[in-house]
Amino acid sequence: MVQSIIQEIALQKDYLESAPLKSIYFGGGTPSLLTQKDLDTIFNAIHKYHQISESVEITLEANPDDLSLEKLQQLAQTPVNRLSIGTQSFFEEDLQWMNRAHTAQEAKNCIQIAQDQGFNNLTIDLIYGTPTTTNEMWKQNIQTAIELGIAHLSCYCLTVEPDTALEHFVKKGTKEAVDEEKAAQQFEILMQQAALAGYEHYEISNFAKPDCHARHNSNYWLGASYLGVGPSAHSFNGHSRQWNIAHNAKYIKALQEGQLSFEKEILTPDQQYNEYILTALRTKWGCELQKISTWGKGHEQYFLKSVEPYLKEQLIQERKQTYTLTSKGKLLADRIAMELFI
Amino acid sequence: MKNIRNFCVIAHIDHGKSTLSDRLLEFTQTISERKMQNQALDDMDLERERGITIKSHAIQMYFNHENGEKYTLNMIDTPGHVDFSYEVSRSIAACEGALLLVDASQGVQAQTISNLYLAIEHDLEIIPVLNKVDMESAMVEEMSDQIIDLIGCDKEDIILASGKTGIGILDILNAVVDRVPAPTGSLDLPLQAVIFDSMFNSYRGIIAYFRIINGTMRKGDKVLFMNTESEYTADEVGILQMDQVPQKELHAGNVGYIVTGVKVSKEIKVGDTITTVENPAPEAIQGFEDVKPMVFAGIFPIDNDDFEDLRDSLEKLQLNDASLVFEPETSVALGFGFRCGFLGMLHLEIIQERLSREFDQDVITTIPNVSYLAYTTRGKELKVNTPTDLPDPTQMDRVEEPWIVAQVITKPEYIGAIMTLAMEKRGNLTNQHYLTPERVELSFDLPLAEIVFDFYDRLKSISRGYASFDYSPKEYRAADLVRLDIKLNGEPVDALSALVHRTKAQSFGRRICKRLKELLPRQQFQIAIQAAIGGKVVARETISALRKDVTAKCYGGDISRKRKLLEKQKKGKKKMRQVGNVEVPQKAFLQVLKLD
Repeated sequence: MVQSIIQEIALQKDYLESAPLKSIYFGGGTPSLLTQKDLDTIFNAIHKYHQISESVEITLEANPDDLSLEKLQQLAQTPVNRLSIGTQSFFEEDLQWMNRAHTAQEAKNCIQIAQDQGFNNLTIDLIYGTPTTTNEMWKQNIQTAIELGIAHLSCYCLTVEPDTALEHFVKKGTKEAVDEEKAAQQFEILMQQAALAGYEHYEISNFAKPDCHARHNSNYWLGASYLGVGPSAHSFNGHSRQWNIAHNAKYIKALQEGQLSFEKEILTPDQQYNEYILTALRTKWGCELQKISTWGKGHEQYFLKSVEPYLKEQLIQERKQTYTLTSKGKLLADRIAMELFI
Repeated sequence: MKNIRNFCVIAHIDHGKSTLSDRLLEFTQTISERKMQNQALDDMDLERERGITIKSHAIQMYFNHENGEKYTLNMIDTPGHVDFSYEVSRSIAACEGALLLVDASQGVQAQTISNLYLAIEHDLEIIPVLNKVDMESAMVEEMSDQIIDLIGCDKEDIILASGKTGIGILDILNAVVDRVPAPTGSLDLPLQAVIFDSMFNSYRGIIAYFRIINGTMRKGDKVLFMNTESEYTADEVGILQMDQVPQKELHAGNVGYIVTGVKVSKEIKVGDTITTVENPAPEAIQGFEDVKPMVFAGIFPIDNDDFEDLRDSLEKLQLNDASLVFEPETSVALGFGFRCGFLGMLHLEIIQERLSREFDQDVITTIPNVSYLAYTTRGKELKVNTPTDLPDPTQMDRVEEPWIVAQVITKPEYIGAIMTLAMEKRGNLTNQHYLTPERVELSFDLPLAEIVFDFYDRLKSISRGYASFDYSPKEYRAADLVRLDIKLNGEPVDALSALVHRTKAQSFGRRICKRLKELLPRQQFQIAIQAAIGGKVVARETISALRKDVTAKCYGGDISRKRKLLEKQKKGKKKMRQVGNVEVPQKAFLQVLKLD
């Protein structure tokens, strides 16, 4: 697999044109399985084909049960300078309900060890809305993260995705569905508590201490170009999007034959506009009228007309021709985006 | 004339009328076995599937009696459903005899009885036939007793038959010749022919079926339709075998068809009398009625662009169904559509189904109402066929609603439950008559409006299927009628307004509100669903505001997935109907009436 990834990096070397890379992200699946040697091989390939910015952000996703002292010591030797830890919760009952491999104690320990090894730019995932999570527990989870000095939080509401084991259990009635009112309350708790502790709510699910927002993920929402490498990885260059085949063996086989197996879609202006609304509205940077006008006068007028009721209801606020969601609006981001779609 | 016999068949649905008719056609070699399509007389697919004859037909057979004479037998089929009682009465008026066909396992049903009474009223000779005697479940003795009780015949008068095996077919034909009187009438009198049915043919226009009472009808004659007062030329006259067979002339006592080039079904009315312009009869045959639709509902295309197609389809249906009426109607919620009038609820269902099946038109049907009469304080009489027709209470003196006479035949153990249902439906029992110890006939006076909603289904369920029902219109009576409006966040939904009796308004309103609560999607704001009479709210439900609708993760691959999902939602939203600030999916209009 690593060999194929190296091959793909070579094949795709011109996708991003020549700008120096600002961020590198190892994510999806369990990239912490990569050995130090694997990582070195990949970094060498990246260096070979790309310029890399001095202040590059290099993140690696890991679960607490993977992050032993030994593993963290190894990672400290690599260029990785940011860890994204799948903590989910600091409560045993939540972790068990979510069927996680780590314990509450491991969740705390690995953070401290990582910090001891010099990883100060940490982000953790926390999940709310789980049937086992009371509002009180949720407050404590956020508090624990704050006290551990985590610079960046990604907080996700439990979602029952189609075709997952959870959906199966919910349908069968063996697991409870998400209680919308409770999920909304916990989202409100989160917004309040994070703000008090000095985190900036810069995207629906992301909170950061000053200058600690995820540069990599922010690019997704700002419409910047990115290259995804590996099976099922998505790439975007401003007007077209492509995704690699989601099958490891077929991915490897194609690359052995010197080819990349992927699907591609070219976004129509309307689709580009819709994506911009969908992603930009979720962020503190908001939708800029200036940007919208690049799709034409019609889009601009359509936007102004459809955004009006939301301004009135204070779900959206406008400042210097930039439109952002209010706290109330953040709870309904999808609905509002849909209404603003063309 | 002495060798002609005109008869009809009175039977309940599924009692084997069509199969038995086929046997008669086969036996008389009117139709060869090879050509025989099962149930040759029902030629609409829908009829065959539902097992009911919606439009009546007639057919001529020739039978060689053992007395050596050859007879012409005209069998006139009768529609078998409650909504078509007038058409049945005209078919009966064209005959001298009737086969009373009773299923040997199921016994006499309400519809059979009311048609039987009609036949007795018209002095028809009744020939009782117990059908399906070959079935294991046949109870020949018991059912024979029932028939004897009912018409007072002798036991040996009852013919035992089976359409399936052919038992009794010859006996029936002999009985028709021996027992049914030959038509009386005079060849010398001016022409009088009564129309008992008509059908549309796309090449020839409307074809009317008639029975000649007096005189002769000739091809090329100038004819006068006495009740509609229109004149035509008899382009073609003939008799009805499996195909139409043109004749030069037809005489008193016979049954036939006439083609006049009329293209519009409304011009030819069942029950009308045909005479000649040259030598007109002094008067029309009695019993003509201009059948008026009794039940009205709005029919709207699901997609507004299909309005013209819907008009086309309704026009085509009207060609062979003169009892269907429609005129354009506009609804704020549903756009352009039609206010349609039907003979009854089954007629409405048939039209809806034919629109879907034959014309691929799926429609939204609004809450049906019967046709009311309103009298204003100024003494003006107004027909009220739609909720918006009802005058303002301040200008209204009174309203009258149609009542019906209903017959229910059931087992004695269900009397209590059926009486409770009838009372709940504002009915009163007028007669209770035991046909046999195991079978009782209940007669009620009922407001027609009450059988429009869930009457049949409830009757069926409380009697476990052991109740048959029939009705005929009776009279108009004063009604305490109100218009119930449904409001969403204060905005009335015109398509959901209904005319209901004051005592029923609240429970009806509650049901609609509750159903809408299940059918409307939540929105960013709270939705108040109200049922109101004028300014007074009688029922209310609330749909809470959407609290949270936001995707947790929106990274690389999530973005296009989410965009596609929201674009799909947006597309669905564009199809929704807007009522004030509330979006109503079409599904809600389609399903709100499915109350249970």
